[in-house]
Amino acid sequence: MSCDIRDQRICALATVAATIDRMTLTPTEQASMLAVDLRGVTKRFGPVTAVDNLTLAIEQGEIVAFLGPNGAGKTSTIDMMLGLSRPNAGSVAVYGRRPADAIARGEIAAVMQTGGLLKDLTVAETVRLTSTLFPHTRPTAEVLERAGIAGIADRLVGKCSGGEQQRLRFALALLADPLLMVLDEPTTGMDVEGRRDFWAAIRQDARRGRTVMFATHYLEEADSYADRIVLIRQGRIVADGTTAEIKAMASGRMVRATLPDADRSAIASLAGVESVELRGDTVLVRAKDSDGVARYLLSQTRARDLEITADNLEDAFIALTGDDADDYERSSR
Amino acid sequence: MTAATLPAQHTERRVPPLGGFNLTFLGLELRRMLRNRRTMVFVIVMPVVFYLLFGRKGATIVGTSLNYRTFEMVSLALYGAMTACVSGGSMVAVERALGWSRQLRLTPLRPVAYVSIKILTAMTLGLVPIALLFVFGALQGVRLPAHEWILCALAVAVGSLVFATLGLFMGYLLPSENVMQFLGPILGVLAFLGGVFIPVNVLSPSLVTVAKFMPVYGVNQLAHAPLGTGLGWEVFANIAIWLAIFVGGSALLFRRDTRRV
Repeated sequence: MSCDIRDQRICALATVAATIDRMTLTPTEQASMLAVDLRGVTKRFGPVTAVDNLTLAIEQGEIVAFLGPNGAGKTSTIDMMLGLSRPNAGSVAVYGRRPADAIARGEIAAVMQTGGLLKDLTVAETVRLTSTLFPHTRPTAEVLERAGIAGIADRLVGKCSGGEQQRLRFALALLADPLLMVLDEPTTGMDVEGRRDFWAAIRQDARRGRTVMFATHYLEEADSYADRIVLIRQGRIVADGTTAEIKAMASGRMVRATLPDADRSAIASLAGVESVELRGDTVLVRAKDSDGVARYLLSQTRARDLEITADNLEDAFIALTGDDADDYERSSR
Repeated sequence: MTAATLPAQHTERRVPPLGGFNLTFLGLELRRMLRNRRTMVFVIVMPVVFYLLFGRKGATIVGTSLNYRTFEMVSLALYGAMTACVSGGSMVAVERALGWSRQLRLTPLRPVAYVSIKILTAMTLGLVPIALLFVFGALQGVRLPAHEWILCALAVAVGSLVFATLGLFMGYLLPSENVMQFLGPILGVLAFLGGVFIPVNVLSPSLVTVAKFMPVYGVNQLAHAPLGTGLGWEVFANIAIWLAIFVGGSALLFRRDTRRV
């Protein structure tokens, strides 16, 4: 803060007062605060720009999926949110604080994909040790119960399966009762039932106001569990919206019909057509206005066996993050 | 699934006292070390067996009024404490390899508190071989005035700080899960060159000069000093310089470690 008061002590007092002011926000101010506020964040590693002027705002209580191919900059972005690394440019705030300050107060918890556990402690000991590092925590028994590992509390971590270790990481993240939970590929190594229980627990949490951000390879997981999907490619956000919006953004529907000697250029000139592909007697048309294409094909040509299919999220993902996806770049919410 | 209340409000959250340092943490760390059989062999079985094999002679050491039985009791207590401290300090290598250090960086634990716990765990474990060797020494017929028992034990216990920081330095230097396999033999050589197993003055004069520059020499001289072996300024210089090197080196490597590139 700028300070033109002459007396140094008064100046110091004013600074302290301003700090206290920030700390004692009214409930309305707290409620309107962003859970995650990344502004123009850039992270470079030598000549490589891992995160490129990325701006992202996450509201309290949102469940956000972070999707992108390997090397897209997901981990670099998450590391900056967790205070593990600093951006070369831009600002990072979590619940209005620097990430390191939020970590020191147990406001952020993270579940990593692998590692981060000691093999020579038991499950319960790991939870107990971690709980001593926070000034206030949920009870150990409750956390073990919620993560579904109360039955293996006395087992050495080194003897636990991958799925059990992942539940333990989840239990550790629940301990501090964080405001923001960051999960990196959280259900790796879990069976179908475990995955379902895990997401049930996460959703229950989010209803209580916890903000959740997760990176995943399971597209159907993003589809079923996230309120919002952020697609990232080459360090930039290429799409950001609800699952339905993302699917629509990647151009919707495919019309397929049998039509010998199709006139490719005539079909391509129809409104809303994005691509036309001929495979022998089969014609594949990707279009925003699939009904218009279908109407044309059935009324103006001898097309038969016509089919209209909606893209699934996986197609959207490939369309938006693939190498020929430059058209979609910079789409905003 | 248990229904739980809302997460604590933003403004109610506080940072933990003492940067996260606490005795439960220390206790669990000690339990981990006691679970490691290989460490226990190095720290407890080997010093005791060596003592029973080589330390039984009542002969007086040339140039002193000290007998081997007493000398080796203190020496092997030091060797055990040294191994315990280096093992304890070097645990950070395992924890870095497993990603535990990264996990801890996502908690309020301060790095200084973490390092203090590592050093205290190592030094507490070091008390075990000291107690054990002194009991075996007494059983073998070592008789000393009370203050000499206490001063010797104290010198070994406190001097071990040098080795705890050596372990820490190695733990940040070596990116391996089994540092001790590599450090065990090196410690043996260092102990020998520092005059732990055989008194320096029994060795050749050229080796005495080498010994004075060894990291084990200072603490070894300090440990035996209560028995009347003499104490010069070079002992304190040796301890201070090596301590500074290990602490400084660890701090430097710690910074390199936490700076993600």
